[in-house]
Amino acid sequence: MTSTTPTPRCALRTEGLTKDFRGFRAVSSVDLEVAEGTVHALVGPNGAGKTTLFNLLTGFLKPTSGRIMVFGDDVTGMAPERITHRGVARSFQITSLFENLTPREHVEIALQGLTNQGLRFWRSEKLLGRRRDEVDRLLAEVGLTELADKPTGLMAYGQKRALELALVLAVEPKLLLLDEPTAGMGIEDVDRTIELVRRIAEGRTVVFVDHNMHVVGQLADRVTVLQQGSVLAEGPYDEVRADPRVITAYLGEAHSA
Amino acid sequence: MTSIATAGASVTEQHAAIAGARPWQRLVLLAVGLLVALGLPWFVYPPVAMDIAAWALFAVALDLLLGYCGLLSFGHAAFWGGSAYATGLIAIHLGVPFPLAVLGGAVFAMILAVPIGYLSVKRSGIYFAMVTLAFAQMLFFIANQASSLTGGENGLQGVPRSFFGIEAVETDAFFFYYAALPIILLGMWAAWRIVHSPFGRVLVAIRDNAPRARALGYDVERYKLIVFVLSAGLSGLAGGVFAVSHGFVALPELHWTTSGEVVLMTVLGGIGTLWGGVIGAGLIVMLADYLASSGFDGIGIVTGGVFVTVVLLFRRGIWGTARHLWLNRKRS
Ligand SMILES: Nc1ncnc2c1ncn2[C@@H]1O[C@H](COP(=O)(O)OP(=O)(O)OP(=O)(O)O)[C@@H](O)[C@H]1O
Ligand SMILES: [Mg+2]
Repeated sequence: MTSTTPTPRCALRTEGLTKDFRGFRAVSSVDLEVAEGTVHALVGPNGAGKTTLFNLLTGFLKPTSGRIMVFGDDVTGMAPERITHRGVARSFQITSLFENLTPREHVEIALQGLTNQGLRFWRSEKLLGRRRDEVDRLLAEVGLTELADKPTGLMAYGQKRALELALVLAVEPKLLLLDEPTAGMGIEDVDRTIELVRRIAEGRTVVFVDHNMHVVGQLADRVTVLQQGSVLAEGPYDEVRADPRVITAYLGEAHSA
Repeated sequence: MTSIATAGASVTEQHAAIAGARPWQRLVLLAVGLLVALGLPWFVYPPVAMDIAAWALFAVALDLLLGYCGLLSFGHAAFWGGSAYATGLIAIHLGVPFPLAVLGGAVFAMILAVPIGYLSVKRSGIYFAMVTLAFAQMLFFIANQASSLTGGENGLQGVPRSFFGIEAVETDAFFFYYAALPIILLGMWAAWRIVHSPFGRVLVAIRDNAPRARALGYDVERYKLIVFVLSAGLSGLAGGVFAVSHGFVALPELHWTTSGEVVLMTVLGGIGTLWGGVIGAGLIVMLADYLASSGFDGIGIVTGGVFVTVVLLFRRGIWGTARHLWLNRKRS
């Protein structure tokens, strides 16, 4: 899965991206380049600033300085929903769902997120059911067919993670940002998720965070290692893995754990 | 404040209620509701019946915002009272049939809601409540000052009840009730439609998890602004009917105590139940009427006491508790 296309376009690029929280620098002049159509892993120890970086990329946090370009356009300081409209979808590290909606209703809501159809207060909610085939397909894709109409609040953790992925897929993004898609999963679910991400990466660009080096090795074309907010190393998985600085800073620690 | 908002019945429960209620059960509920609405002036002094209907719509309109969006407005008197004045002025100066005047009042309330909503939906929780309260108080002082237009402290006197020359409606509160009821019912139907629309579904999603909704591409502030304006419009319909029914508009319609009263009715009936407000309104209006006619002047203390008791004992409000019990009865 190495990208060998000549001069691939940048799906995502950051220049000197920095975020300070009251004097504490969580992200420190990060220059990131993700070529279109590739799968890029973001790794680093706890507190390295991975989630903060995702929050910057998706507009949930405003950078202290630096720029963010998505498919060549400057999106720095843009509201999250507008960035989503540019083809960027994210999943959340801490499962973030709508407690009062069923999985089916989640996907229905996600499918109309990029349209103006949600504004139709004068129509029946039955309209939401019109894209049933798509909803069923997405729920089947993540293995939630059986639970489609059960309350989300009662689902197991792994099932919630799966629904989280279905929501991201429903937005039909060109760029996916997945924050620890396999965190807390059992080995079977991890393998299923790897397969799923591999499938959805076809024709898309994926940036994901994961602590599981097996997942990173299986999926990533390139890896960026963050430490204390700064980029420590960047390159193909095998290269980064062999980098002595990375081994001492992170991989060694993770391997010995 | 937010803890009150989250005390509302969950939508899962509403869905369960909808899924669990067979069509005939829903029809029975609807029929009972319509029968009560149609029979009310036979059992209650007709002007009081009209008050109940108007306050009921007002409470339903507030629940649209509080129950389905988690936004506690403490300035809804601006829309009820603002529309009351606008309706009164239209009726006085244009002499149009009262439903048209009421419609004009509701439109005025919606126009008023655009800037107020624009500035307040950026805030949440207690701050949203404070901003809406501030605007409503501002309107109160303006109405008080502009006495040449509004009558100031004396209120706006002599609002006519013109209705195509049909004298029974224009002079008799009993017949007027039936002429005005369709406006109230239309408003209630609109609230129901909004809640059960694609828009209503998005509102629930935003209330549950606004950042997630934004990540899916929803412009949360836009949705909140729209529901704010819709809620104001329905409150305006209610306030307009109230003004025409009384034949004058008193300054307190714009006072913060009016905003508080409708919050009380909504919470009493059950937040996020939509129809709970109808029960809350019926209870409070009848209680206030009973106390007033028996010469007791501590109405606030009694209604406040009822409120505290109900909220402490039945967190979900009257309607919410009843629904909860019904669902659990079916489960066991
Ligand atoms: N809103 C905030 N205010 C203050 N500090 C924050 C905030 N968000 C994150 N931080 C701090 O920034 C640092 C980076 O946090 P972040 O969540 O980005 O780490 P991470 O790499 O995602 O870690 P993990 O692997 O545990 O998820 C941490 O020290 C965290 O305490
Ligand atoms: Mg993180």
